[in-house]
Amino acid sequence: MADMVFWCIAALTVISAAFVVLNNQLLYAAIGLLFTLFGVAGLYVFLWADFIAGVQLLVYIGGILVLIIFGIMLTNQISSVRLSQTNVQQGVGAVVVTWLFIFLSMVISKTPWLIRPALEPESTTAGVGTLLLTRYLLPFEVISVLLLGALIGAAVLSREGN
Amino acid sequence: MDQLTNYLFIAAVLFSLGVFGVITRRNGIAVLMGVELILNAANLNFVAFSRFGGMNLDGHIFGLIVIVLAAAEAAVALAIIINIYNNLNTINVDDASSMKQ
Amino acid sequence: MEQYFIQFSLLILFLPLAAFVVQIFLGKRLPRQGDWVSISAIGITLILSLIMFATMLSSYDSGFSKEASFTWIDMGSFSIQLGFLIDNITIIMLVVVALISTCTHIFSLEYMAGDIRYSRYFAYLGLFTFSMNGIVLANNLISMYMSWELVGVSSYLLIGHWFEKDTAANAGKKAFLTNRVGDIGFFIGIMLLYTAVGSFMFSDIFEGVAVGKISGTMLTLAGVGLFLGAMGKSSQFPLHIWLPDAMEGPTPVSALMHAATMVAAGVYMSVRVFPLFSPDALLVVAYVGGFTALFAASIAVTQTDIKKVLAYSTVSQLGYMILAVGTGVYTAAFFHLLTHAMFKANLFYGSGSVIHAMHHALHKKHDHNTDPQDMRNMGGFKEKMPVTYWTMLVSTLAIAGVPLFSGFLSKDAILAGTLAFAQHHPAHLLLPVFGFGAAALTAFYMFRLMFLTFHGAPQMPELIDDIHESPKEMTGPLVLLASLSVFIFYTLPYVDPFSDHGWFTDLVVAGDSFVPGSIPAREIADHAHHAHYTAMYTSIAVAFLGIALAVMVYLRKVFSAENWVKSFGTLYDWSRNKYYFDENYERFLYQPFFRLANKVAWLDWDLYDKYFINGFGRFTDWLSRVTGRFDFEGIDQGLVDGTGRIVNYLGGTFRKLQTGRLQNYLLYVTAGLIILTIIQAF
Repeated sequence: MADMVFWCIAALTVISAAFVVLNNQLLYAAIGLLFTLFGVAGLYVFLWADFIAGVQLLVYIGGILVLIIFGIMLTNQISSVRLSQTNVQQGVGAVVVTWLFIFLSMVISKTPWLIRPALEPESTTAGVGTLLLTRYLLPFEVISVLLLGALIGAAVLSREGN
Repeated sequence: MDQLTNYLFIAAVLFSLGVFGVITRRNGIAVLMGVELILNAANLNFVAFSRFGGMNLDGHIFGLIVIVLAAAEAAVALAIIINIYNNLNTINVDDASSMKQ
Repeated sequence: MEQYFIQFSLLILFLPLAAFVVQIFLGKRLPRQGDWVSISAIGITLILSLIMFATMLSSYDSGFSKEASFTWIDMGSFSIQLGFLIDNITIIMLVVVALISTCTHIFSLEYMAGDIRYSRYFAYLGLFTFSMNGIVLANNLISMYMSWELVGVSSYLLIGHWFEKDTAANAGKKAFLTNRVGDIGFFIGIMLLYTAVGSFMFSDIFEGVAVGKISGTMLTLAGVGLFLGAMGKSSQFPLHIWLPDAMEGPTPVSALMHAATMVAAGVYMSVRVFPLFSPDALLVVAYVGGFTALFAASIAVTQTDIKKVLAYSTVSQLGYMILAVGTGVYTAAFFHLLTHAMFKANLFYGSGSVIHAMHHALHKKHDHNTDPQDMRNMGGFKEKMPVTYWTMLVSTLAIAGVPLFSGFLSKDAILAGTLAFAQHHPAHLLLPVFGFGAAALTAFYMFRLMFLTFHGAPQMPELIDDIHESPKEMTGPLVLLASLSVFIFYTLPYVDPFSDHGWFTDLVVAGDSFVPGSIPAREIADHAHHAHYTAMYTSIAVAFLGIALAVMVYLRKVFSAENWVKSFGTLYDWSRNKYYFDENYERFLYQPFFRLANKVAWLDWDLYDKYFINGFGRFTDWLSRVTGRFDFEGIDQGLVDGTGRIVNYLGGTFRKLQTGRLQNYLLYVTAGLIILTIIQAF
């Protein structure tokens, strides 16, 4: 049962990701991205990463995806039904990316990965919280400053008439 | 399903598709979506190694940081794209090619 | 103390050099033109030398030797080591050099006062002392050769100190060039030894000679080559011509040069390399030395210039030393070098004192035509210059070989060695004849000098009132050096005026020659010991004969010198004119050389330049036209412009790659990554 769910989620993720990059209509691509992100969140759950899965849902789907759709809306005439866009150098790109995937697959399959014996699943929220405020305190602070900078930067950049 | 390589393969597919998107899309927002795919692929790897490999919870922290970075990046990138749109009335990245001689 | 000897030697070597550097650059700006810099440098050198000397006397070890080397050049199999060799001979020589040099410095304070190049004069004195110490301390032929040439340079500078005078400038050049002739021999000798032995170190060379790496004719040639160097520096026949001319330099320099530095270098070198002289080379050495001794003495007899007499006397005495080296008693040669340094320096200072007095007296009379050095203008100075007179008398007695004075001991040792040599090699009877003949002549001409200068009636009565004793700076060295001519300083701790047995003979013991099959030093010493009394009586006899003759001719006027001149007219002329050596060199060496040079110049100008050089020029002109066309049409138009065109075309093509589209670039990057991975994987 779990297996089937897993493969379903994996398929959803991959197919919608392909939809994101191949579909000509931007809004549909954005919707595809929504499903991809959902799929990834599902995979996180399978990886016992409950906190990350939550954050994925909140930040990506609740934040970034909405931001992207806003962007699409703001930069296209809303009246036009087909917010289409075209692709360039698709042939060459496809060849190159295929090769890239082949190499990645070779690396994945040939590398003798360290496999840890499966443990009992447990909640990671407490552990992540402790780590963030102890060992990763400095990166945590730095990233918050970065966020602040990005916030101000974005606000300045999108101001009217600069 | 409890196979590291399964997750890695999914991540590889996501990554390749993201690169393809970045290379081929003309629309700036679409390029941005490709970047999000790449970031998700990387994140998936982190969490997968955290579960199966020796990364433990550290992988989760990295994942978190990547998500935060992605949010910041998306905010700034969209601000830039809107600026370009205001100036050039298009967001096709190959039209905004004043770098070209 | 011995452990500090190397540091002492470094100081002794480089302090005079430091004084030279300071003087040459800052001399004129320092108070008193910096003479105190030189004096203190040389003073410290003297003190250090005396400390070494005292240490040597207190340890009283005849086998003392200390060596230190460092690698100067190291190129694979070729390396040159430089270093110091300090043994008793070195220490004694260092004391002699430092002492005479100090005296010269002090003497010059007054003698050179007011000279226009006062500071430069002291600078050169420092350089001279440095170079001489370099020779003395060397433990290898290379640094000895370098110092050797430096001695040549500094003597050139000092002899030509008053270079406004043509004679002085020419004398400097003559000294330098004549020395070069000898130096070439020296260099050839060094190279022969190096080729055979592969080292410049004395110890290595001696060892090489002992094991026969170089022997027979080559060894003789090498020895004669080295000796040629000594002939040049020590002014041996036929390279003696520069030394009398060198009198053009300031008199203190003459004293330094004749007593301790320049001319002593040749003898010192011969003593140092004595163990490698083959018997044949030694014979050459002995004959050159013996002949020079007699020959120079015979010239000194007729000279009227006070300094010329002393100059030839030096040549003659050096001949003695060389003779001693040649007959195997080289420690006697070094002994004579030591005693001679003292009394000859004193004689030169004395003559300088006399000339100084003459110069001032003439200056007062505004007489600038009379030669202040000519003994015919002197006479009767005894009462006026008592210190000069008595000190010079002591030295004269010493040089004449009168018992109780130092010269007697050393000369006696040489003559005994020479006599012993002739007794065992009857074919070489001429050598002691040279020796004793020169001894008689020496006594004669030295007393002639004394009588003409100090006794009798003044030849220029108008001057005699203005003749005054020299100041303390000049008489001080005179008194010091005259007292050092007394025998007691050389025979301590024994007091026997008729035997040279003393600290010197105890400390400087002849070593065996390294040439296989040569006579052991012990045997030579025994032979000389057997000949000692015969030699001593004969030498006392000939010395008194010479003195008596001088007394009769110049003091009592029993014989008239003028009559003798008439009856020995030709001989007198020859001697008076130094056997016409300069003239004959001029006629048979220089003139043919100039003619040859003119011929070569004609060849050069009229043949070589006109046809070859100009022809070559025309050919080059034609060739450059041809190559010019090739250059312009082939290279410029074809290659250079072609390259430009190709680059232009390629640039135009590749420019299209630079689209300015980030996505293209990203594609290239990814493709490049894949290609790199492929390369890495396969």
